[in-house]
Amino acid sequence: MYCVHHRLVQLIFSITFALSCTMFELIIFEILGVLEASSRFLHWKIGLYAMLFMLIFLLPFYIGYFILSNIRFVKQSVLKLLTVAAWLFFMYLFWKIGDPFPILSPKHGIFSIEQGISRVGVIGVTLMALLSGFGAVNYPYTSMTYFMRPVTPNDTQSLEKKVLQTVDMIIMKKKRIALAEREKLLQPGSGSQGSVIWNMLKSVTTSQYGSSENVSQLKQEVAALEELSRQLFLEAVDMHTMQERIEWSKTLKGKYFNFLGYFFSLYCVWKIFISTVNIVFDRVGKVDPVTRGIEIAVNYMGINFDVSVMFYFTSTTVLCVL
Amino acid sequence: MASINKVKVMVVGDSGVGKSAFVHLVCHSQPITNPSWTIGCSVDIKLHEYKEGTPSQKTYFVELWDIGGSSSHRNTRAVFYNCFQGIILIHDLTNRKSHQNLRKWLAELLCKEGNVKKNTGHDFDPEEFVDNQIPILIIGTKLDMVQQGLSPNRSSSVAEECGADEFYLDCHQAKSLAPGSTNAVKLSRFFDKVIERRYYSQNSSQMTTLLDRRRVGPLSPKLSHVD
Repeated sequence: MYCVHHRLVQLIFSITFALSCTMFELIIFEILGVLEASSRFLHWKIGLYAMLFMLIFLLPFYIGYFILSNIRFVKQSVLKLLTVAAWLFFMYLFWKIGDPFPILSPKHGIFSIEQGISRVGVIGVTLMALLSGFGAVNYPYTSMTYFMRPVTPNDTQSLEKKVLQTVDMIIMKKKRIALAEREKLLQPGSGSQGSVIWNMLKSVTTSQYGSSENVSQLKQEVAALEELSRQLFLEAVDMHTMQERIEWSKTLKGKYFNFLGYFFSLYCVWKIFISTVNIVFDRVGKVDPVTRGIEIAVNYMGINFDVSVMFYFTSTTVLCVL
Repeated sequence: MASINKVKVMVVGDSGVGKSAFVHLVCHSQPITNPSWTIGCSVDIKLHEYKEGTPSQKTYFVELWDIGGSSSHRNTRAVFYNCFQGIILIHDLTNRKSHQNLRKWLAELLCKEGNVKKNTGHDFDPEEFVDNQIPILIIGTKLDMVQQGLSPNRSSSVAEECGADEFYLDCHQAKSLAPGSTNAVKLSRFFDKVIERRYYSQNSSQMTTLLDRRRVGPLSPKLSHVD
């Protein structure tokens, strides 16, 4: 797909990205204690308001606008109204999502930013969890040799031959269609107007592939064959990808990722187990295994580290890698 | 049908430039109504009259192989690239990158001898295409979306390098390729060149440089008289 060269979209994307980076840096400054406390607070507030404005107002509005402008039967005049309607619908959903959560506190009122932040936070964390869950499952699948089926060159060749054969059959049928349509154009009384006897005479005198071809049936067959060729092609793409993955896994990098894959899958299984235990037994988990492992390692080696800082860094790193 | 010969022309370009729309316009003389992404390859047939209007007029099948342009299918596309006789490169006038990528497409088509993996980082080398004899046509689509009056009066660099003809059109209008219009004439001249090279030029090795070919015009009728 080619790059998006619509200026506005680029601008919005850059602003959102810059704001996220700023907030991330502010967090780091908070931990490390750089800059004046009051200036940090000011920057934090500015960043937060700007981010909320982007997320709640600007982005849904423009996404709705672009989606609606791509639908063919929407007229230009109605477009703006429809976008506002879509945005109001989005706000309503947004509000509804936050209702089950106990975040409405009486001293702040309904339209304060606390509502916005809390909702964005909840949705954001859920999405992050979904993404990292997906990454955790997808990553071992792609890099571990356990999941790779062996593909021989014979398999790929036979599949490619099948694809080409299907395409050849499509070509043959389309040639017949093209010839039949040209015949129809050349005949003066073309179409279904001739009587049965006339049609029989025509089929005897003209060539073997004359206008007695049933064009609509041929077109149906062509459509079915085209669908088949697409499926075969996709299978061939899968096979080639599998071949590439097998070759890549034989390299050093591939072996390294394979080992990491085993490690992370064990970690994920442990996480699932622990969270199930937490939910079932209603127990609040204190510290995750990576930090606990590092604690043990640190105590064993006797080095002086600030554990709270390590907690932030390791958890974030693990999350990022996933 | 067995008596009608065929030529195979590859239609390639980036994803979304309008190859399927163009092929549909050429073969059915009508704009396409429901374009969707092409997966793999979609072939369409055009019955072309070689040397139309002369006594030696003959009908040929022109197979237009419209190859889907998504990069995730690159590793399997090469299965379609065997023995073709013409190339149509399509780019999008609203997207300059699709024009620059035409070189990569040309490299992918002409250097298809195995090694698909190497082609992803392959640098275009103009020297390789001096020996190329396959006729090439370059087409810019989506003319209705750029400012009016745009025409290739100054031929683009890719067209110069390959000695290719080029024109711009809007695939949503049937009159872009109406019979007798400049675009239709260029297209039919291209098809004639392809057919000539395939069936009429016995001494193709004598056509040396691209510059000679452009200056002198089609050499093959003269050569075939030398017998």
